Amino acid sequence: MVSLGYPEERFEDVLEERRCNSDLLFSARRFAPPTYKHRCPRSPAALRRAVLDSPRLQQAIREMAGEDGDTEALRQEAQSILREMGHNQGMTVVRTFAFMLSRIFKALFRHVRVNEEGVQRVQKVVQECPIVLLPSHRSYIDFLLMSFLCYSYDLPLPVIAAGMDFQGMRLVGEMLQASGAFYMRRSFSNNPFYWAVFSEYVQAIVRNGDAPLEFFLEGTRSRSNKSLSPKLGLLSIVMEPLLRAQVFDALLVPVSISYERILEENLYARELVGVPKPKESTSGLLKAHRILQNDYGSVFVYFHPPMSLKSFISGRLDITPFSMTPRHMALRLSDTLRVLVHHLAHSVVLRQQHGMVVTPWSLLTTLLLQAPSDHLFPTSCNSEGGVHLPDLLHDVRCLRTVITKIGAMQDWPDAQSHEAVVLSTLAMNSSLVTLTKEGRVLLNVDKVDRPKCRDDILNRACTVLTCAAYRNHILHLFVRPAFVAMAQRHAGSVEDGPTFSHFCFLVQLFSEEFIFEPGSERKDYEEGLSLLQRCSSLLYPLDSQHHPSTITTNFSVFLGQIFQPFCCSYQMVCNYLLTLEHGSMQKESQLLASLQEFALQQLLEGRSTELEILAINVYKNAVASLSRLGALRRERRKDGVWFLTTSQLHHVADAVASLKPPSQLPAKL
Amino acid sequence: MAAAPGNERSQERLQRIMGHLQGNAAPEGRRSSAVAQTIESSEQLKPSSASTIPKRRQEVLKWNGWGYIDSKFAINKQQQVEFLGKRYKLSGVVLPALREWMETTFGASLDHRSAPKSHLNPEYIPPPVQNAGFLLELKEMGIAHSLDAEDRLFRAHGHCLHEIFALRGGGKFERIPDLVVWPCCHEDVLKIVNLAVTHNVCIIPFGGGTSVSSALECPLEEKRCILSLDMTQMNQILWIDENNLTACIEAGIIGQDLERKLAERGFCTGHEPDSVEFSSLGGWVATRASGMKKNVYGNIEDLLVHLKVVTPRGVLEKSCQGPRLSTGPDVYHMVLGSEGTLGVITEVTLKIRPLPECQKYGSVVFPNFAQGVACLREMARQRCAPASVRLMDNAQFQFGHALKPQVSSIFTSFLDGLKKLYITKFKGFDPNNLCVATLLFEGDRETVLQQEMQVYKVAAKFGGLAAGEDNGQRGYMLTFVIAYLRDLGMDYYIIGESFETSIPWDRVLDLCRNVKGRLVQESRDHGVQFSPLATCSGKTT
Repeated sequence: MVSLGYPEERFEDVLEERRCNSDLLFSARRFAPPTYKHRCPRSPAALRRAVLDSPRLQQAIREMAGEDGDTEALRQEAQSILREMGHNQGMTVVRTFAFMLSRIFKALFRHVRVNEEGVQRVQKVVQECPIVLLPSHRSYIDFLLMSFLCYSYDLPLPVIAAGMDFQGMRLVGEMLQASGAFYMRRSFSNNPFYWAVFSEYVQAIVRNGDAPLEFFLEGTRSRSNKSLSPKLGLLSIVMEPLLRAQVFDALLVPVSISYERILEENLYARELVGVPKPKESTSGLLKAHRILQNDYGSVFVYFHPPMSLKSFISGRLDITPFSMTPRHMALRLSDTLRVLVHHLAHSVVLRQQHGMVVTPWSLLTTLLLQAPSDHLFPTSCNSEGGVHLPDLLHDVRCLRTVITKIGAMQDWPDAQSHEAVVLSTLAMNSSLVTLTKEGRVLLNVDKVDRPKCRDDILNRACTVLTCAAYRNHILHLFVRPAFVAMAQRHAGSVEDGPTFSHFCFLVQLFSEEFIFEPGSERKDYEEGLSLLQRCSSLLYPLDSQHHPSTITTNFSVFLGQIFQPFCCSYQMVCNYLLTLEHGSMQKESQLLASLQEFALQQLLEGRSTELEILAINVYKNAVASLSRLGALRRERRKDGVWFLTTSQLHHVADAVASLKPPSQLPAKL
Repeated sequence: MAAAPGNERSQERLQRIMGHLQGNAAPEGRRSSAVAQTIESSEQLKPSSASTIPKRRQEVLKWNGWGYIDSKFAINKQQQVEFLGKRYKLSGVVLPALREWMETTFGASLDHRSAPKSHLNPEYIPPPVQNAGFLLELKEMGIAHSLDAEDRLFRAHGHCLHEIFALRGGGKFERIPDLVVWPCCHEDVLKIVNLAVTHNVCIIPFGGGTSVSSALECPLEEKRCILSLDMTQMNQILWIDENNLTACIEAGIIGQDLERKLAERGFCTGHEPDSVEFSSLGGWVATRASGMKKNVYGNIEDLLVHLKVVTPRGVLEKSCQGPRLSTGPDVYHMVLGSEGTLGVITEVTLKIRPLPECQKYGSVVFPNFAQGVACLREMARQRCAPASVRLMDNAQFQFGHALKPQVSSIFTSFLDGLKKLYITKFKGFDPNNLCVATLLFEGDRETVLQQEMQVYKVAAKFGGLAAGEDNGQRGYMLTFVIAYLRDLGMDYYIIGESFETSIPWDRVLDLCRNVKGRLVQESRDHGVQFSPLATCSGKTT
C-alpha cells in the first residue's frame, strides 16, 4: 500500500497478488459481480434485437424510407450496422484476456496501483444506478486495463465504445468485441441513420443497465499527454435516458490513469511531427512484442467518487419539456442542454486531471526541458550542455515542495533517497536522457552537433516531444498560476484589473490547449493568484547559495518558461497566416502541412530554436482557437473543412505576438 | 330522451303542482327556509334519514384518525392484530400475518409504541377572529353555527399525513376556521355568501373532510374571519328522473348515503372513490374525483349534468339540463377541480344508472409487474377493461397477503397451499416478483360473462393466470381499510402516505421505478433508519 500525499487515499498494487498466485486460477475463478438491480438480463444478441425492434429505430426507418421507401432494406442496413458495431461479451474470451493481460501487465509494469477506496465506492453504487466509466485516454492499454481491474475487483465488466480502427484487425477486432468493446465510427454527424442506430444502442445499454458503459470523453488517445478538449456527442447520448426520466439517475465515474512511461511514447512523438501513424494491424501488434522487454514503471489508476448526473442537472436544467416529445422520437438538443453537456464534460476532464499522479519522470522532464541549454544549437558538446546532477536534485526538491503545496498526488518512493529515485528514473529513460561521466544530465539531443538537415531536426524534435509529453502530464497543475504570472508581466503590474483581463485573454486563446471550466475565469484567476503567491513565498526561503536556478530565484518566470513552447507555436501559426494573402483559403490538412513546413524552415534558418513548434496537435488547437477568436473562418464543405483568413487576423496576431518570452529566458543565439 | 305520452306528462305536472301546494316536504322543520323545498315528484321521497355524519362529527368519527370511532386495528391479548367494531366485513377478524409483516418490513416492534394524545390540547386552539356584525345577522337568520373549539379544529384539516400527524400530537394548527356554519339548503348558502361579502368574511366549504390536497388548510396570513361552511346537512336527493336517468342531489350528501338512497330506488351513480364512505358529492366535483369503476360509469366530469354554484357574484349555473353544449367553453369545467376556491357547490344533477344485475370479483396473477402493465395496456387498447381493474405490484401483493384473515378450516389452508404450489412451482412464478390484478365486473349477467372471457384471454397472452374471486375481493378491501391501517402504523412509528398521478402508458414502469427510487433516496438523505416500503398500483384511465 502506498500513500501519495493524499492521506485518505491508499493505493493498492493489483499486480502484487498476481505475482504470488496462479494466473490460470485467476482466470478461472468464480466471477459473479453485483449488477444493477433493475436490470433485465439479456444476451448481446438479445440487446441487438431489442435495439432493432425499438420504437426509436422503427421511427428512424420510417423517416428515412420516406413515403414509399423500402423499409426492409433499411432494416437490413440497421442490422448490419448493429452486427458491425455491437459488442459480443462472453466469459470465455474475458477469461482468456484475464489470463493474458495478467501476464502482459506483469511483464510491462512494476506496479499497477489502484485507489481501492474508489473501487469500493463504485462497488457500493453498482446496484443502485446505471454506471458510466470515464477514463482518461493516454494509451491503448487504458481500456484493457479498465476491464482487467473490473474483473479483478468483481465489478461488472464494462462495455466500451471503441474507435473503428480496431475493427479492421483480424481476430483482434473480434476478440475485443467478445471482451465487451463496441465500435463507433469516428464521425457520423452527417449520417443520421447511423446516429440513430448508434444512440439507441448506447441508450438501451444505459436504460437497462446491462453493463457499465465505458467511453473516452477525450475521443482519442492524447498524443501530447495533455487532456484533450472533451467530445460531447456520446455524453449527450448518455444523458438522454435521464432527461426522459427513463432511469432514476446515472452515475459518472471519472477515472484517471497515469503512466510512468507510456507504451506508445515513440509512436506519439513521430505522429506529432508528422510521420503518419501506422495503421493498426494484427501483425503490427505482434511486432510490438518487443515492447514487452522494456520497463514501463508503474501505472496509477484513480477512481473518482461517482458523480450523480441527476444532481448535476437539478437546478441547471428544467427537464419537463423533454417529456413532451414522444419516446420514439429523437430529442432535439436545445442550446441550454448543449451548454450544460459542455460544462459537464469539462468538469469530468478536470476531475480526471485532478486524479493524475505526478511521477518523478514528469518532474525531471519539466526541469530538463527548461535547462539553460539549447537543443538545437548546443554551445558545447560535452561539458556545458545539460544540468549538473546536484543542481537537478535541488530543483526537483523545490518542485516537489511546490507540487505538494498545489495539492497533487505524487509518486515518490519514500524509502529511497532523493538521489536514488532520480538516478533510477534516469536509467529507466536512458533512450531519452544521458548522465555523463562528468555528472551532467543531458537530453539525448544535446549530444550531437549542429543539425544539418530536416531529418536530423525531426529526429531531435521527436526526442524533445517525447520528453515534453511527460512534462505535459503535469501542466494542468501550473496553468492557472502561470497564466496569472504571465498576465502580471504583460500588464507590468500586479494590479487586478489589467491582469485579470489579460488572464482572460490567455484562457480564451489556449482554451483548446488546456482545460478550463467554462465561465469560471474569476475563480480560476483567484486560484492561480493565491497559488502563485503561496508558492513564491514558499520558495524564497529555500533559495540556495550554491545554485541560483530560475525556480527559486523567480518562480513566476519559471512558470512562464514552462508555457513558452505553446506561446511560440501560436506565434508561429499567426506569422504563417500573416504571410498569406488576405481572404485566401486552405483546406485543413493542407494548412496543417504548410504550417509544419513553415516551422521547419524557421528552425533551419535559425529564426527559432523551439523544437516543440513542430508538434502538429498544437496547430490544430491554435487554428481552432483562432477561428473562435475570428481570425479565421471555418467552412465545412463536401470535401472537408476549409479555413479562410479574415480581416480580424492582424488584430488577433498582434495580441498573440505580445506574449513576450519571460525576461530571464537565457538568450543563446 | 324519449318523449312520454302526453297524458302521462300532464299527470306528472299536475302532481308536481300539488306537491308545491301541500308544502309537505319540509320534515320536522329542518328547512330553515320555506322556499327551499320546491320540487317533489309523485314518487315522493321519504323524509330524509339522518346523514352518516352529524353536525358534531366527532361523536361518530375519530378526531385524530380515519373513519368511525368504533372501527380500528388494534393489538389484541394474543399480540395479534385485530380489526375492532361491527361495521365492516373485516370487523372482529384477527389478521395473524399482519404483525409479522409490520415487524419484518419496517422493523417495527410492539414494544415501541407512539400513542396519540387522547385529547386535543386546548392551548393549541387559537382564539377565533370575530366578526360581530356578521355573527349578529347570521343569528337573526336563524342559521345553525358554532364557535366551539372542537368544531372549528375538526374542520381545519383533511387527511394528509402531516395533518393527521398534527392531530395525534394534540391538534396544533397555526390557523383554523373561526366559525362553523351549517346551511340547510341552497338559499341558506346564498344568504351566507351574501352576508360574507358584506362583512368581508372568507369561506372555506367543507364536505366530508377527506381532502388530501391541503385544500382545507387555512392560509396562515389570512387575517379576516374564516368561516367553515359545513355542507353535511344539505344531504337530500331533491329528485330522481327515471326517464332521463338523472338525479338532482344536494352537494353535502356523503357518498355511502347517496348510494344507499339511490339503491332503495333501484339506482346507483357507480361513482366510487376510495373515500366513498366519508366524502361528499360536492367534494367530488370540487376535486374532480375519479371512481374505482369509472371504466363503466365514468369519472365525475362524465357524470355531471348540472351544477349550482354560489359565488360571491351570484349563482353560477347553466340554464338547461342538456348533458352537453357545443357552443362556448363549459363553465362547469372551471368548477371541477377548483377545490372550493370559486364558490360553494350546492346542488348537483348527476347521471344515474339502474343497479347492475350482476357483480363479480376476479383476479389475475402475472409473473412480474411489467407483464401486468402490458396486459392492462392491451385491455385499454381493446377497450375491454372491466368496471374496475387494479394492478398491484409485488410489495402491495405481499401487503395484501398480510391482511389474510385467520383461516377457518384446515381444508382452506390446504387449498391455499395447493394454489401457491401451483403458481410458484408448477408455473414457475417467483413469489418475490409476481404481481396481481384485481378485477370487478359489473353489468348484466351476459355482459359480465362475455367480458370475463375476453379479459382472461388477454391476460393469458401476458402470462396471466386467473387467481380467483377471493384474491380480488381482498384487493378491494385493502382500498377501504388502508387508511385505518395508517393509524395502526402511526401507533408504532410507521408513517404512510399515498399519491396519485396519471401518465402515458410507455412511462408507467419508469415512473414507478423512479418514484420508489426517490423515496428511498430522500429517506436515506433524511437519516431514516429503515428503508421505506414503496408500493404502487395502477389502473386504466
